[in-house]
Amino acid sequence: MSTDSIAWPSTTAESRSLVDHLHEWIVTVDHKRLGMLYILYALVFLVIAGIEATIIRIQLIRPHNDFVSPQVFNRLFTMHGTTMIFFVTMPILFGFANYLIPLMIGARDMAFPRLNAFSFWMTAFGGLLLYFSLVGANGLYGAGNAPDIGWFAYAPLTSQTFSLGHSTDFWTLALLVSGFGSIGTAINIVATIVCMRCPGMTLAKMPLFAWLNLVMGGLVILAVSPLTAAQIMLLVDRYLGGHFFDTQAGGSAVIWMHFFWIFGHPEVYVLVLPAFAFASEIIPVFSRKPIFGYSVMVGATVAIGFISMSVWAHHMFTVGMGSAANTFFVISTMAIAVPTGIKIFNWLATMWGGKIEFRTPMLFCIAFLFQFLVAGLTGVMLSAAPFNWQLGSSYFVVAHFHYVIVGGILFTLFGAFYYWFPKMSGKMYSETLGKLHFWLFLIGFHLTFDFMHIPGLLGMPRRIYTYEPGRGWDTWNVIVTIGVFFQAAGILVFLGNLLWSYYRGKAAGSDPWDAWTLEWSTNSPPPAYNFYTIPTVQSRRPLWDLKHPDDPDWKYE
Amino acid sequence: MRSQGSNNWRVLGSQILVCVCCSAAAFADPAPPLSPTNIFAPASTPASSIFELSLFVLAVTGTIFLAVFFLLLYSVVKFRKRKNDDGREPPQVYGSNQVELAWTIIPILIVVALFMATARVIATVQETARLDNAIEVIAIGHQFWWEYRYPALGVVTANELHVPVSDPDHPTPTFIKLLSADTDHSFWVPRLAGKTDLIPNHPNSMWIDPHKTGVYLGQCAQYCGTQHAKMLLSIYVQSREDFDRWAQQQSQPSQEGDSTAAGQRIFETTACINCHTVAGTVASGRFGPDLTHLMSRDTIAAGAAKNTPENLRRWILNPDAIKPGSLMPAMQLSDPELDALTAYLETLR
Amino acid sequence: MMNTTLMTLPPPEIEWKLPARGRVAMYALIAAEAAIFTIFVVAYLFYIDKSLSGPMPREVLSPPFFYSVCLLSSSLTIHLACKSLRGGTVRRFGAWWLLTITLGVLFLFGTASEWHRLIYEDGLTISTNLFGTTYYSLVGLHGFHVVVGLVCLSTVMAFTLFGAVKQEHAERLDVLSLYWHFVDAVWIVVFIVVYVIGR
Repeated sequence: MSTDSIAWPSTTAESRSLVDHLHEWIVTVDHKRLGMLYILYALVFLVIAGIEATIIRIQLIRPHNDFVSPQVFNRLFTMHGTTMIFFVTMPILFGFANYLIPLMIGARDMAFPRLNAFSFWMTAFGGLLLYFSLVGANGLYGAGNAPDIGWFAYAPLTSQTFSLGHSTDFWTLALLVSGFGSIGTAINIVATIVCMRCPGMTLAKMPLFAWLNLVMGGLVILAVSPLTAAQIMLLVDRYLGGHFFDTQAGGSAVIWMHFFWIFGHPEVYVLVLPAFAFASEIIPVFSRKPIFGYSVMVGATVAIGFISMSVWAHHMFTVGMGSAANTFFVISTMAIAVPTGIKIFNWLATMWGGKIEFRTPMLFCIAFLFQFLVAGLTGVMLSAAPFNWQLGSSYFVVAHFHYVIVGGILFTLFGAFYYWFPKMSGKMYSETLGKLHFWLFLIGFHLTFDFMHIPGLLGMPRRIYTYEPGRGWDTWNVIVTIGVFFQAAGILVFLGNLLWSYYRGKAAGSDPWDAWTLEWSTNSPPPAYNFYTIPTVQSRRPLWDLKHPDDPDWKYE
Repeated sequence: MRSQGSNNWRVLGSQILVCVCCSAAAFADPAPPLSPTNIFAPASTPASSIFELSLFVLAVTGTIFLAVFFLLLYSVVKFRKRKNDDGREPPQVYGSNQVELAWTIIPILIVVALFMATARVIATVQETARLDNAIEVIAIGHQFWWEYRYPALGVVTANELHVPVSDPDHPTPTFIKLLSADTDHSFWVPRLAGKTDLIPNHPNSMWIDPHKTGVYLGQCAQYCGTQHAKMLLSIYVQSREDFDRWAQQQSQPSQEGDSTAAGQRIFETTACINCHTVAGTVASGRFGPDLTHLMSRDTIAAGAAKNTPENLRRWILNPDAIKPGSLMPAMQLSDPELDALTAYLETLR
Repeated sequence: MMNTTLMTLPPPEIEWKLPARGRVAMYALIAAEAAIFTIFVVAYLFYIDKSLSGPMPREVLSPPFFYSVCLLSSSLTIHLACKSLRGGTVRRFGAWWLLTITLGVLFLFGTASEWHRLIYEDGLTISTNLFGTTYYSLVGLHGFHVVVGLVCLSTVMAFTLFGAVKQEHAERLDVLSLYWHFVDAVWIVVFIVVYVIGR
């Protein structure tokens, strides 16, 4: 086994055949390679789901458009949502977590490398299963059908009566399988962080990245399991004649909603906590200051984790739960805004008094701060139940959650790509292309998602394949669609940058950003064993201590 | 190469411009010219209560937005690394308990205020006592049309809901019980009320008291299948006299006419009567809309097309041509049969 | 761009003991499984007395006291097995382990015979009514976990018979026994919900 760089098809010629290379990657249990596999897998699905979104927006550019049929449209939005959540965002975040956690805590690998590989392949298989529905969902008698039940698959639309054929089953099985992968990864993350930190790294001294992923892991364990349970129930209904969601037999459609959203709401915190993790590592480095209020940030994270398990029915304000239940979920949802807001203030305070460098990772994180502020505030609007009775299930909600996921999570993800690309590949990316990507994507994001709020305010519901003229929605939909093309251009520049820089970028060295956490102390890319010797740390910023021996952190923490 | 600082001005400048435009657009003249489904143009008490709450929520969130936005803007401008930087690290500040306390307590207080305002409106809207003179309607959601029954008035109709206007001083609200015959739907007419879902085996109720006559538009707001997008809502708010006259007329069975006996025979011998009801004839199907007073409606197929003879004929010939995925099958009728049938349906006033 | 390899300013060797990863992972797995069972229990409780027709719980259910005692005492026997192994007495460990498996199999037999009676004499299946659906799903899910547990326990039994299990494996088997204790604890909850509350 080679002891230097992990074997990318490297620029120095290696006399190994392609089959050998592929085999190494397929059987790998190394957390860095599995991290890469997750990320590459997710990028492929990002492009696919992005094309699905583009087609949706072209269909909606004008009223009574017939670019696609209603059946195809309904499959498109189902696949777009399901793919983006389960086969883009979750894998890419697991990928970064897998890659970085052992490096940041001074370990040689994750706690369970083989479980790690198993979890990746389960997730990967789930994605393939979902897309196999395009071919196989009608039992191979004809062209298949992708599922068209919406990503939250409300009962009884998913019963055999209303969902004929097998497309719903592919949706269910794909998520069941990838759910096992997610739970496996979460168990691995929790065990790694709890049990494998290097000497001296108490929980209070580990990077915020580790804390946020620890809480994320806990949330996956507690939240993905209810989805698994609900999907087993759905399969029992569809194939064993069960009545869990069978309203004709006295069953309840509402209970599916409860079970789904008990998963669905913590799920969005699963997605956003790693985004916070990226911001919490990048913003301090480019402000040249430590994160402001580390302990409060940890406390806020844990609080968010707990509260997020109690807010789920704010997705159900219009379902008729009664005013007591509605009122409870208003207060719990508004409560979660408090620790979330605290985090924004702490990031702001980190920049305050610093020396901000506007490199590409930081540009994306600054945009994240503004955009997440807006997303959080539209969330507060949605938490006021009566206001939700108007805004819910409309394009206002679609705008809100895309603001969080694209404007918040994807922006920090781009920041993370640029920040850790030098570590993972050993090369620097092109700063010019990075900034071009940033501007294109920023413009496209705002054109699409700022203006998307307006049709919602003017009464446009979501999941409609066309709409009536004369409702005042037409112009806004045109602007929203135009923004998509800027975003697509940005993504192309991004992918081009990654490729070009991998082959032609300057050597990056181990610490191009003058950063302070342990991953920057080893080579770029790290050797298979990560560290020559396991480090011992005394503070939250071990490299700061090394670089400033007269002024080390452990004197002040 | 432009400096880093002015790059940043442009980022923020463009963001400000976009936000201002959005706010202006949203708060611009909310009268119908902007949109007949504008949530900021309430015409009924539930919608008004929500509107007032929304103004409070927007004021609070807007203030928070402006404050934090300008702080962020200020910090990225003021604390940017200058070109003549001396390369030293800035003072390393780890935190401040007082500051943390301040920005914990203030948001908590804001949340309490928002919560109290919200709880009050929940109670106002959801716990309104039913008035004795209220009109009672049962709305049943179907894939992809709306069935309306007025039990006290003996009226059964579809897709176009008629209600009397309600004088704020002597309110005559309409209470709507919401049921579903198949999957989940949602009743959303933004200018009259927030949306409430129609869920099988889970009856819901809502109420409206429109203050002005007119037609109010909306549509189904919970994805219910292929033609969810064309399950449109129209609520006809009429004066009390007009409403009573309408209800009287709707409760009559259809009048038989000789000239269209051929069409009626086709209606009754093809599968039409399995799904449709025409009061006073043998047709008593419940799967599709009641057609007794079909011609009293402005649209067909839940708003998907105007109610004209050509459209009616086109619809019967092939529903998928107007509403692909609708559950009415194409009846494979010949041209003469279609003409006769359309002529018969045209008599159902 | 520095190429620092991290050397530690050598502080004195510090005492550094973190929890064992097998144990932490097992607790995490148990938490996930508990969440799955919670949802099935919630569904069971929600649907009590909501069946529109068909046999009702109090008509057909009789609490399986004997088989429950079997399962719950298997927790005791597995605990004794692990204790024996920690003490080094591998043969005694083997005996207690085998007894644990036997008690588990007895429990499954009890479930199977109860289901046989319910299906063929009382006419209750998973598709009969809400009670049938929730009952078979919840008890079935638990039974499935017992089966998985027995497969693991039997694998260890096979290794023991081949002489491959030694005193140094005690910690690992202790972690495995956590899973078995969890399965028993779930049965306590299921028993109470199905045979006490639900009747």
